[in-house]
Amino acid sequence: MGDRPELPCDAELVARLRDQDPAAFALVLDAWSGGMVRVARSIVSSPASADEVVQDTWLAVIQGIGSFEARSSLKTWVYRILANTAKRRAMREGRHVTWGLVPGEDDGPTVDPARFGGPDDRFPGHWLAFPAAWPSPEQTTLAGEVREQLDAALAELPERQRVVITLRDVEGYGSDEVCSILEISAANQRVLLHRARAFVRGRLEEYFAATALTGSGTGTEVKQ
Amino acid sequence: MTDLNCDELVELVTGYLDGALDGETAQRVADHLAACDGCTTYVDQMRQTVSALGSSPAEAELPDEVRDALLAAFRERSD
Repeated sequence: MGDRPELPCDAELVARLRDQDPAAFALVLDAWSGGMVRVARSIVSSPASADEVVQDTWLAVIQGIGSFEARSSLKTWVYRILANTAKRRAMREGRHVTWGLVPGEDDGPTVDPARFGGPDDRFPGHWLAFPAAWPSPEQTTLAGEVREQLDAALAELPERQRVVITLRDVEGYGSDEVCSILEISAANQRVLLHRARAFVRGRLEEYFAATALTGSGTGTEVKQ
Repeated sequence: MTDLNCDELVELVTGYLDGALDGETAQRVADHLAACDGCTTYVDQMRQTVSALGSSPAEAELPDEVRDALLAAFRERSD
């Protein structure tokens, strides 16, 4: 996000799209399709399906731009169509996809309770051992291997958690926008995001612990 | 109001970072963090996770033929 030429404001864009200005359509198509492909991939099973979902979404936008009522931003409206199109596609692929919370999967502790003191310990509910320090952010965000760990961790999440963390943390949307795109409550959005982030953090923790032991990976010592 | 335990704090991190906690709970989180290195590290690592996710995401773009087909579909609608 933010690395493209700035788009005209929504009012101007919508007017030009309704006036059937191909340059305006090319602008939004090129500005948004990359992010849309990433979001579609977080929901459907293959890159080829994701491309088709994005294509179907744009076709729906072309058909529907006349009925866009500006209750949300144009981009949010396009992404809502995208999310619904991808969800339907995933269902056709035989997977049950919901953005709602699933009891038994979206509740319970996000950090292993064994890491905290039990009722008989000196400090119940407190860390038995503090989380180990990680390499500095500069070192970690530059490492390609960390990206691989992140992508592998995202792939393990249920779709509803993966789509929320993709929209929030990969694409950079705010919580209000994500609620509007997925048509979920702020509370549910937060639960899904929290569980997804805690899971991904846990995977990074395992990765850094393993690389610190072997001295490989980023090649950095854990900081003092 | 009782103090938070670490195992409670770790479940509040996302709400805390989003500014979505009620004032009293946010204060309890802040008070706990001021006194607990373990939870401070945990919150920092959640922040690092968020920031790592947002940096250099996988390149993704529509195949050229799909882009061309969409531009054509838009123009056809214009005719």
